Amino acid sequence: MNTTINMPLAGVMALAALTGAAQAEIRLGASVSASGPAAFLGDPEGKTLEMMVELINEAGGINGEEIALTLYDDGGDPNKARTFATRLVEDDEVVAIIGGSTTGTTMSILDVAEDEGIPFISLAGAISIIDPVREYVFKTPHTDRMACEKIFADMQEQGISKIGMISGTDGFGASMQAQCKEVAGDHGIEILADETYGPQDADMTPQLTRIRDTEGVQAVLNPGFGQGPAIVTRNVAQLGFEIPLYQSHGVASNAFIELTGKEAAEGVRLPGTALLIGDLLSEDDPQYQVVTDYIAAYKAKYDQDPSTFAGYAHDAMALMTDAIARAGGEDPSAIRDALEQTSGFVGTTGTYTFTPEDHLGLDQSAFRMLEITDGGWKQVD
Amino acid sequence: MDALLQFIFSGVTVGAVYALVALGFTIIYNASDVVNFAQGEFVMLGGMITVFAHQAGLPLALAAVLAIIVTAAIGVALNKLAIEPARGAPVVSVIIITIGASILIRGATQLIFDKQLHRFPAFSGDDPIRVMGATILPQSLWVTGGALVVFAGLWLFFTRTLTGKAVLATANNRIAAQLVGINTGAIMTLSFGLSAAIGALAGVLITPITLVSYDVGVALALKGFAAAMLGGMGNPKGALVGGLMLGLLEALTAGYLSSQYKDAVAFIVILAVLFVMPQGIFGKSSTERV
Repeated sequence: MNTTINMPLAGVMALAALTGAAQAEIRLGASVSASGPAAFLGDPEGKTLEMMVELINEAGGINGEEIALTLYDDGGDPNKARTFATRLVEDDEVVAIIGGSTTGTTMSILDVAEDEGIPFISLAGAISIIDPVREYVFKTPHTDRMACEKIFADMQEQGISKIGMISGTDGFGASMQAQCKEVAGDHGIEILADETYGPQDADMTPQLTRIRDTEGVQAVLNPGFGQGPAIVTRNVAQLGFEIPLYQSHGVASNAFIELTGKEAAEGVRLPGTALLIGDLLSEDDPQYQVVTDYIAAYKAKYDQDPSTFAGYAHDAMALMTDAIARAGGEDPSAIRDALEQTSGFVGTTGTYTFTPEDHLGLDQSAFRMLEITDGGWKQVD
Repeated sequence: MDALLQFIFSGVTVGAVYALVALGFTIIYNASDVVNFAQGEFVMLGGMITVFAHQAGLPLALAAVLAIIVTAAIGVALNKLAIEPARGAPVVSVIIITIGASILIRGATQLIFDKQLHRFPAFSGDDPIRVMGATILPQSLWVTGGALVVFAGLWLFFTRTLTGKAVLATANNRIAAQLVGINTGAIMTLSFGLSAAIGALAGVLITPITLVSYDVGVALALKGFAAAMLGGMGNPKGALVGGLMLGLLEALTAGYLSSQYKDAVAFIVILAVLFVMPQGIFGKSSTERV
């Protein structure tokens, strides 16, 4: 009895699925790490993607066609990311993928995208994602190396040439530590002390005492994210350092100032994006419009400020929909070609110009050197 | 010289954090031989609930008390809903249940509160106290003092009170304990409630230093467990000494050898100690006393 009822029901459902697919809509796929250890990346990224699709559809979609977003949460697990990427391509039949909150998950999705010929914009930092250039893979966040170069350039201007480094041993900290050490020489920076700490450590005063007692150190650089940099900043204040402290773009958020406290954060310098200083931008700044619009929309929907990472997702979605509009269809390789021809596209992170040799498309100008003064941000370059 | 003092201050601060977590393990272990792997989650809950109660407008002290009471209730609920129904199961099964409970608590916290890092102000401000060129934060003294008070309380509880001795008797032989008139069910409920309350107190004290988010419990429980094993599981003195030793080892290694090896050195020392004294430094005397 049950089977006789279920059989036609299944048929109706299959039919419904078919007609659904036949309707004019553009299917986009995404896999972000909305839970798990990288949730602070993936959570705002996922929220941003959902919000933007809503806004675009309300405004009439792309060339009159609505976007249907399939969003998965890979929990920061590269194996899950691979499964979801395959599912996006084979079951959900998407024309393009955005996602990969971490370098690990990106590497999994990237294989699938390359094999299947689906354009993919990654939200992860590592330079190895786009170097060497892969045909279908693009990314929106600047690389760690660019952050190091920005910091070292600022140090040079301040006449600093000898520094101590204290890095987290988490993925972000370790990667940036290695990149900074590689490019330090190009900027005439000598690293006299090179300390590390575990991502869950409660106190870094021994490492910082070593740096303080190293002869000739003129500044401290702390690549890392999570609670580590907040504790380092508080320890630096506790020990009464008289030399400047540089943090990385990994902690570029207002939450960082709240965690360290206004007094301890005073004078800390770090490279950040325009998104962080939205209310300080002058109206003739090229990024003014896109940044203020995005912050207003995100605040209205989620009642909080978007993070730098959320901005990466914003730019990825904006770039992708722009390319789909120009490609004028749903052919993945046409979208890829349109993406690669993107030129002078203003996002929240910077201005993107992709070329066949450059699938990141940002330059040093995307970063702004910021200093924390009186519990807020000040642009110093 | 001032460098050595700074390393010692750091070691004591971190060590007191470990000791507070380790002390939370002792009661449940003494009542049931079970190592409660949800102990780190109790610490996390203490911090998280205080943060959100404080944000909601409660004064810090009231928020802290509320956090300790709520966490103790969660500890009791854990015993009633998950541990008691598994009565008679081998110790290993119960330990696995506590691991499951810790995953559940972490997931629920992430949904009910959020995934961000939080902090509330230190109790006595952030101005460091200077001693011969080295500095220590007032909150470190709160944590150290808290560890000492909890240690003294537990030591008195287990050696001077009838209830404390009933807890030890329950672990030693549940049936014999029942025969002499000990309500072993109530003892288990009490031990989970007390352990959770101690964990929450630890969370309240350490959050201004270590910060708190839904996932800090695992790492804290691991270090606290290592400290408890080093000192001798179940002995409050062992938890205190083990925690402080672990903290000092890490700080001195980071200060004099290399920060890359501080965790490795600490764990090598623990392995070496356990190789010679499998019960931990103070473990044996406590098990013989009952």
